[in-house]
Amino acid sequence: MTVMPAPDEAANSSRTQSRKDEGRPATPEDSAPIMRRVKTKLTSRWATAAAVIIATIWTVPTFGLLVSSIRPAAKQVGPRSDGWWNFFADWDFTFKHYVDVTAAAGSQSANLSQYFINSLAIVIPVTVFVLVLASMAAYIFAWGNFRGREATFIFVFALQIIPLQMALIPLLSLFTQVLKLPPGSYAQLWIAHTMFGLPLGIFLLHNFISEIPGEVIEAAKVDGAGHTTIFWRIILPLSVPALASLAIFQFLWVWNDLLVALVFSGGTADVAPITQRLAEISGTRGNRDFLNPAAAFVSIIVPLAVFLGLQRFFVRGLLAGGLKG
Amino acid sequence: MEFLGGKFLQVFIALAVFAALIGLIMLIVDRAPKSVKDKLTIVGFLAPAAILMLVGLVYPAVQTSFLAFTNASGQPNGVDNFVWMFTQPEALATLRNTVIWTVLVPLLSTVFGLAYAVFIDKARGENALKALVFMPVGISMVGAGIIWKLVYDYRGPGIEQTGVVNAVRVALGMDPKQFLLDAPENTIFLIIVMVWIQTGFAMVILSAAIKGVPVELVEAARLDGANPWQQFRNVTVPGIRGALVVVLTTITIATLKVFDIVRTMTAGNYDTSVIANEMYTQAFRAGEPGRGAALALVLFLLVLPIVVYNARVLRQQREIR
Repeated sequence: MTVMPAPDEAANSSRTQSRKDEGRPATPEDSAPIMRRVKTKLTSRWATAAAVIIATIWTVPTFGLLVSSIRPAAKQVGPRSDGWWNFFADWDFTFKHYVDVTAAAGSQSANLSQYFINSLAIVIPVTVFVLVLASMAAYIFAWGNFRGREATFIFVFALQIIPLQMALIPLLSLFTQVLKLPPGSYAQLWIAHTMFGLPLGIFLLHNFISEIPGEVIEAAKVDGAGHTTIFWRIILPLSVPALASLAIFQFLWVWNDLLVALVFSGGTADVAPITQRLAEISGTRGNRDFLNPAAAFVSIIVPLAVFLGLQRFFVRGLLAGGLKG
Repeated sequence: MEFLGGKFLQVFIALAVFAALIGLIMLIVDRAPKSVKDKLTIVGFLAPAAILMLVGLVYPAVQTSFLAFTNASGQPNGVDNFVWMFTQPEALATLRNTVIWTVLVPLLSTVFGLAYAVFIDKARGENALKALVFMPVGISMVGAGIIWKLVYDYRGPGIEQTGVVNAVRVALGMDPKQFLLDAPENTIFLIIVMVWIQTGFAMVILSAAIKGVPVELVEAARLDGANPWQQFRNVTVPGIRGALVVVLTTITIATLKVFDIVRTMTAGNYDTSVIANEMYTQAFRAGEPGRGAALALVLFLLVLPIVVYNARVLRQQREIR
């Protein structure tokens, strides 16, 4: 199965790596769990069986999509169609659908390559904007000195709770009528996504930046460093793990978004992201349904690669945001 | 390739303008006289984010709250929108569905995630097994919608089934079923998709929490003769209570806002709509921004208690620090 993650060995080495990152040296006690592991394994054969069943149920849908995407059209729709699992009986496959959804010309084309580029063009600036602005604000919330700092920070945290849905209608009229942002450009999407990403970004980065030892910053101040130097030369380099996890969050969130795109993009191939196009072509039932699996796979391949490749950082970010509070 | 050039140029200009703005802020802060330097730093660093959040979240939220009390042409109409919401059958179905979602998704995701995390804890290939269940978290809900439409695919009786679930049903001698069409159980089948996505999230957080439970405690319980279930119930679960609360609240909030799954799989037809989807339909498709705003306001009120609770926990933690 192709969708599967890195082999066990790589995963293990990444685990040792993350342990090293946390500054926890391996101790002699680490060898004790091995004994225990042997013991638990004997008693928990049923648990393992249950785990395998869950893992299978969770994987089969995606695997079915992948297999469907390379089956010929006649096998997917029409009188001679059958289930994707029959692929393992006939081994009849084609990559034509992938070419069709990305490269084919004409008004009937799904034209995904253009929307794919749109997604990148939306995601990359937004991620940069959120990272820079959120880390600046988080630095002040962690190390700045002003009255009402605590209250303001909790207010920012609470902003996460405003549902996007609540912001959409007024924001759209603000963008088009007051700011007169040009239609058919990415500007509306960039700004909207940045606005919506800031509260969580500030919160996550603050958790990390406030843990940086105060002595480091004091020492820099004694050496005559100003706020800007401290921020760019000390805070940011030390926060790379947190920045990485926020970047992944932001990337996945924006790439996978549909609602914001529907409201602000206008839906043309000039601006609309791939999720919006995907929702469009899968929503219209027709004689081209056999293209849907390939189209879906094109859209999930980037986030999936980012996600599985950088899982370690992502998980660490989740933990920093969730557990440390 | 002209379109490509134009798009590149847009991105490049945006990044350049942004870099110039940030550079300008840094320069002003750096060159400021000593007496105002600290104050200016705070303002300069906070202002861009603060302005964006005020304009993008606070102002629209206030605006929407007012909009909720107006009709389609923008005239104030009192609480008519809320009367509509709580009396019209289709609006009531939306509210009912939202409640079902909000109860089932956090509960099932947490149960499956916790069970899986416990089962694979310290198993061989733990990380690979984790990745399998974690994978859906990275897939867009639109993509998940298409994946599950395929799973639920329906063909009339007597024809080869193309969906896995119906193929199994037929193999067991049952009639194939139109999973997404038959109300009210179709809502359950949409919920399964969300559970499929959220379980991985719950599993990862809870797995990390389980590893944080001191081994000595579990060991002591075992020596005292506790069986695995008792060890789990009396040692592990209390030890991860904090993580459980985080997982439940986070998934609840995500579920309240769920939109894409319903949008792509049924578009809210066949009695499957939820607040977030109905809000979009009313405000941007049916030309009823007032009703949409009212639904958004209700959504906000539903999320509010969870946030107040979280903010309070946060405040306590910061006071301790």
